[in-house]
Amino acid sequence: MLKDGRFGRFGGAYVPEILVPAITALERAFLATRDDPGFQAELDGLLTTYAGRPTPLTRCRNLGAGKARIYLKREDLLHGGAHKTNQVLAQGLLAQRMGKRRLIAETGAGQHGVATAMAGALLGFETRIYMGADDVERQQLNVFRMELMGAEVVPVTTGGRTLKDAVNEALRDWTASFADTHYLLGTVAGPHPFPLMVREFQRVIGREARVQILEIEGRLPDAVIACVGGGSNAIGIFADFIADEEVALIGVEAAGKGLEGRDHAATLLRGRTGVLHGAETFLLQDKDGQVDDTWSVSAGLDYPAVGPEHAHLKEIGRAEYVGATDEEALAAFVALARSEGIIPAFESAHAVAHALKLAGESDDHPVLLVNLSGRGDKDMASAQRLLK
Amino acid sequence: MTRYAAMFAKNEGALGAFLMLGDPGIAACEGYLDALVEGGADMIELGIPFSDPIADGPVIQAAAVRALRAEVRTGDCLQMIARFRARYPSVPVGVLTYANIVAARGIERFAVELAEAGADSLLVADVPSLEARPYAAAARAAGIEPVMIAAPNTPDEVIGRIASLSSGYTYCVARAGVTGADRMLTLDHRRLFAALAGAGAPPPVLGFGISSPSQVAEALAHGARGVICGSALVDRIARGAPPAEIASFVGELKAATVLDFATPGI
Repeated sequence: MLKDGRFGRFGGAYVPEILVPAITALERAFLATRDDPGFQAELDGLLTTYAGRPTPLTRCRNLGAGKARIYLKREDLLHGGAHKTNQVLAQGLLAQRMGKRRLIAETGAGQHGVATAMAGALLGFETRIYMGADDVERQQLNVFRMELMGAEVVPVTTGGRTLKDAVNEALRDWTASFADTHYLLGTVAGPHPFPLMVREFQRVIGREARVQILEIEGRLPDAVIACVGGGSNAIGIFADFIADEEVALIGVEAAGKGLEGRDHAATLLRGRTGVLHGAETFLLQDKDGQVDDTWSVSAGLDYPAVGPEHAHLKEIGRAEYVGATDEEALAAFVALARSEGIIPAFESAHAVAHALKLAGESDDHPVLLVNLSGRGDKDMASAQRLLK
Repeated sequence: MTRYAAMFAKNEGALGAFLMLGDPGIAACEGYLDALVEGGADMIELGIPFSDPIADGPVIQAAAVRALRAEVRTGDCLQMIARFRARYPSVPVGVLTYANIVAARGIERFAVELAEAGADSLLVADVPSLEARPYAAAARAAGIEPVMIAAPNTPDEVIGRIASLSSGYTYCVARAGVTGADRMLTLDHRRLFAALAGAGAPPPVLGFGISSPSQVAEALAHGARGVICGSALVDRIARGAPPAEIASFVGELKAATVLDFATPGI
């Protein structure tokens, strides 16, 4: 490995020795793309003509009016309906350059699986998606979407039958298959080089947003707010603001049914340092190190670990992490729909909820930049059930 | 002389037997441990269950799930090791687990507790040599031998690092994959044994996918100093085999380690 893959004391590459050649080759290929104008041009072309970048920055006309200026970075308008598209296209191109013929990925609610299936169809890969058996049951429509785009969906019946078990299964597949297969991990978690690579492939969000808000407001925002599960949309919008000390970076975790109980996924707020899925990071775990099952109304935030760079940003105090409960997220989901005609993903609604909280608390009319990381189509059935 | 060194000094292949501690419950597991020794196992490898065992296939993972469902905790595992050590003072005992189990107690404290329980070695399945320095240092300081994994695709510079960091034995994986994975690559491990010997690494013991006497004999003929049988044993336990059946299966495997040296050329 050329780099140690650390963000402060977090990160690293905790994988079986047998997988080290796979991540070493991936690191080498990824680092080579950074100086490869051909790769960048092809990726930019796809992001523009296939995915629909740049995404707009929308100033809310009604939400928070009179208390704050809330801007939404509209990743919900991206092809595929979420920020996931940015990095699956990039990793897909990388896998092509590495000569792989097959993609595998994990998925929770199915968003990353759908995005990977999309990249697989577009770029001509055989694609297999690992998905917890319980999630397969709950997310039939996304399973159908993946299959429609030619992917094979494998229900994972081991462990807790949800996202973390799907990651375990994908890692097992990769251990046996990396000669011809790329593991298209969906977030900034996992072993080096994934946290670094996925950040670089998602930082387009913040790069665009920074230019856009400077154009409109003539200054930087007071705060950048994003939801955090694994943390890829948050790192994506944070990255280009990290050097701007005056900009608060706020990650919003899923506080589920409340932080006092166990039914949440607030890894950074309630977790302890540990090692899971290849990285040293914060984990929700018991005293012996057994990893907890988590809860959130939004499947995309329902993960017991978090990207190691977030753990580092928290530890050095550069980013602040807060929670929004299921109830607060649902209220924000409704508020955004009613006031702006935009239906956010449940995940993104957590970020909106915190923006509303800040707007209500401040008399300074802050400029708040919210990453609207995905749209709510996928959540319609749940919303209908929960809001009736 | 360490227990592993004493074992390798015998003029026969070493038979290692793996079980998950606490599978299917503490008392039943202890009965199986006795059966391993009775059957002739030379070294015992014991898993401490973890909720997310990425390096294990479905059979071993299911064993961890059974142990955790039986509410077996790390502390129970340490006590089982201590009781085993009291019953069998000279049989080498290695522990296999995952980084988070070690990190949860603290690396140094975990190593000390292992040593106090009477274990000989520690292998952390998701800590490759790249990340192994603090683990190996803590183990050595406590008198525990750090064991590392080498695979047929492990590059020479990594083999050098394994040689410098580890002791006891080198856990060699027979193929690129985890037990039970559906897509296997069979790679030659003779080259691996030669590379390990060249680098001065601890004696190679072949694990993963050893389930029959002929595989035992073949591994030893190819240059392994021992083998570890895991999934095949755990699978029998999962199917409710009585300890006597486990002892007899271990006996068949052990016979192949002696046979190999008696009949060169297999």
